Amino acid sequence: MASLNDYLLVSGLLFAIGLAGVVLRRSIIVMFMCLELMLSAANLSLVAFSRFHPAANGLPDMHGQMLVFFVITVAAAEVAVGLAIIVALYRARQTIHTDELTTLQG
Amino acid sequence: MPSPLFWLFATLMLIGGIAVISFRNPVASAMSVVACFVGLAGLFIGLSTFFVGVIQILVYTGAVMVLFIFIIMLLDLKNEEKRNSKYAPIAAGLGLVVLFTVQLVGVLSKSPNPEAPPLDRATLAAAAGDYLTDGKIASSLNAGQLPDVHLIGHMLFTQYNFPLQIIGVLLLVATIGVVVLSKKPAE
Amino acid sequence: MTLPWILLFLPLLTAAVNFLVLKKSPIAAWLSTASALATAVIAFLLLGKTDQASFEWATVGDFSIKLGYHLDPLATGMMIVVTVVGLLVHVFSLAYMKEDEANARYFTGLSLFMFSMTGIVLADNFLMTFIFWELVGLSSYLLIGHWYHKNSAADAAKKAFLCNRVGDFGFMIGILLLWGITGTMKFSDMGVPVGVSEFTLSAAVLCIFCGAIGKSAQVPLHVWLPDAMEGPTPVSALIHAATMVAAGVYMLFRLQLSLGADLFIGLGASDVIAWVGGFTALLAALMATQQNDIKRVLAYSTLSQLGYMVMAVGLVSGEAGMFHLFTHAWFKALLFLGSGAVIYACHHEQDIWKMGGLMRKMPITGITFFIGFLALIAVPGTSGFFSKEQILEAAHAKQPVLFWVAVAVAVLTPFYMTRLVIVAFFGKARDEGASHAHEVGPLMWLPLAILSVLGLIAGYPFFAEKFAPAYKRPEHLIHFGMVTYISVGAVISGVIAAILVYRGKDRDPISIPLLQQRFYIDQLYDNVLVRYLQNAGAAIIAFIDELFINGLLVGGIGRAAASAGNAMRKIQSGSLQGYAFAFGLGVLMVIYFTVFL
Repeated sequence: MASLNDYLLVSGLLFAIGLAGVVLRRSIIVMFMCLELMLSAANLSLVAFSRFHPAANGLPDMHGQMLVFFVITVAAAEVAVGLAIIVALYRARQTIHTDELTTLQG
Repeated sequence: MPSPLFWLFATLMLIGGIAVISFRNPVASAMSVVACFVGLAGLFIGLSTFFVGVIQILVYTGAVMVLFIFIIMLLDLKNEEKRNSKYAPIAAGLGLVVLFTVQLVGVLSKSPNPEAPPLDRATLAAAAGDYLTDGKIASSLNAGQLPDVHLIGHMLFTQYNFPLQIIGVLLLVATIGVVVLSKKPAE
Repeated sequence: MTLPWILLFLPLLTAAVNFLVLKKSPIAAWLSTASALATAVIAFLLLGKTDQASFEWATVGDFSIKLGYHLDPLATGMMIVVTVVGLLVHVFSLAYMKEDEANARYFTGLSLFMFSMTGIVLADNFLMTFIFWELVGLSSYLLIGHWYHKNSAADAAKKAFLCNRVGDFGFMIGILLLWGITGTMKFSDMGVPVGVSEFTLSAAVLCIFCGAIGKSAQVPLHVWLPDAMEGPTPVSALIHAATMVAAGVYMLFRLQLSLGADLFIGLGASDVIAWVGGFTALLAALMATQQNDIKRVLAYSTLSQLGYMVMAVGLVSGEAGMFHLFTHAWFKALLFLGSGAVIYACHHEQDIWKMGGLMRKMPITGITFFIGFLALIAVPGTSGFFSKEQILEAAHAKQPVLFWVAVAVAVLTPFYMTRLVIVAFFGKARDEGASHAHEVGPLMWLPLAILSVLGLIAGYPFFAEKFAPAYKRPEHLIHFGMVTYISVGAVISGVIAAILVYRGKDRDPISIPLLQQRFYIDQLYDNVLVRYLQNAGAAIIAFIDELFINGLLVGGIGRAAASAGNAMRKIQSGSLQGYAFAFGLGVLMVIYFTVFL
């Protein structure tokens, strides 16, 4: 059986990969996927903590899994809205490359 | 010593993750995310959280990634062009990741590293006393099984009832928002 | 007792109603007049009463500012002067200002003035005096500048206000000094503790005297009063002859009473006050002899009479000064209102050389004016004679040099007044306006008639004892002595000299530029003080405003913000990756600081 730190390490690596993706890739849709990776990495640590820090009665701590449940739900909503924004953005600018989206440049 | 299955799924997940940021083709990236999430779901199940694992497959790989693929198809996205020899951003991004990893290892090397507490028949049966009002959970526990879904449902509809309602409203708002956002402008 | 409060606040209420509700309605004039009548009635009811009351107005720490009234024979007597002259001026104004477009604004100003003046008279502490002191300054400003579309009126109002400000600045310092010395603002509690040096006390008194110099137009701040004649004539009668300008004398006398008159005997400040008064009296009388504007002659004569009063106070014979204030208020208001009637009848002609023969055309005005003239030049039997006599006697007893100065003034006064009367009222009309003049209506001659009666009898003890503020009955009605002979001789010589010089003349046979130009004091102020002060002020303003405020503060802050923004712009690359990188770096730092430090 793997120990807690194994899970946390794997989770952290997945988060790092997601972060690297957000920083390196220039397609908004891929950046968005990487965001999902980071969210899932956080979920993994939550579940791991829930398993390794049991509740008083010895069962896994269900509060952690509740949080994961909510994160997944919110993430689903976020994806829906985010993708809708990407569609609207594409419609307006004909591109989803961040290099070409420089309205915020000072 | 971690079990071989942990290694299998962890490797699958990390390779999938790396593949996401390596492929230039967005469809390939999306498929890599699917692979990554399958590995993640395996890890969830390895942690005895069957419900979350199943949800991960159903919601993420089944719904969210399908949505991604749809959008990629809808927008008819091409391969991302190569960066024209700008190494500084790449170096910065990689440096960030390396730093993060170093910090992670640093944190983990100092933190305690407990083994997983047992979930054997005795532990489960002992916990059955907490769920006397819910016969199904108690009987499952007494039978030596972890009634994961029942436990989540129990908690969701007792302690987390109000957040659940809120989440429902959030989903409704998101649905309406998406419709509004994707509507073509009136002119 | 609520009567004093009504007396104080009724005019304010009237002014407020006029200003806020009635605005341009013709009712405003009648309301103000009714209020003046009511205050006059109240003033008679309160005559001779003593009382005081106050309420807390503001508290800072353990120092509280109180507003209150203090009734004593001085205050109630003064109230009679203020309210009765006020009432008669209101009545006179009803006719005089009938055709004025801003009639309501004028009466609002009058009511405001009545309120302020009542406040000064009733005040039970110096701070309250100061507040109302400023308020009379304000209402005087408003009324002088009543015809503000005329540049000269607007300038005169400004000049009056500024001159008063200069005096009031000293006044304020004086009040604070006195507060430091006595530890109280309240008149009735004032007392100089043992061990206060004469110098400190003198300084405080002199600073307070600055206020009187400004308000009572003593040299060197006298320049505003003649210019103030730009205001409507009834205003000149009320404010710049009878009441406000006398407030300085009243205030000084009040101060003497509060601190104890004995304290002032031999005090350095008293000498200064007496000399300033005497000097003003002489200077103003000299200037009056060469003025051609009927109102200006009267203005300078007011200055000169105020000088008499101030001199009396300085000689620690405040009773004499107050008595002269009392009689002077009647006959000077009479003279001013009379000149107002003349000006009104001559279609706003003020030059005496364009009048003439008015005695036949306007007999009532002429006769009343003549009575006022007799009182002013102190013909025995008129009120002016009695009061001037007291001042002369005081001067004779205490300060011989000032006595001779006063005698010189007593010669000059009949001289210039006779000149005025001969030129304006006798002989033949020299101008269209004067030849078509005819008697004014009863609303105007009635106040004149009442005032002329008062001007005649106000000096007799039976009247003065009842109504005059702080009147001390002399042992004999007329004390025949050297002073009386000199004074009567002065009057006779002045009158005869004027008759000899001016009888039947159409042009001024004497021309003394120095006197016509008022000793060049105004020019001096204009060319030196005002100009250099203005230039210096402008330079300072340019320096502080342009360089410091505009350049450094406003512009500097603006430029700093702009350059900071420019620097920050570089960071706003607009690249999403850049932001993500910065965010990631931030997260790393948070982890570093929370975990590893």
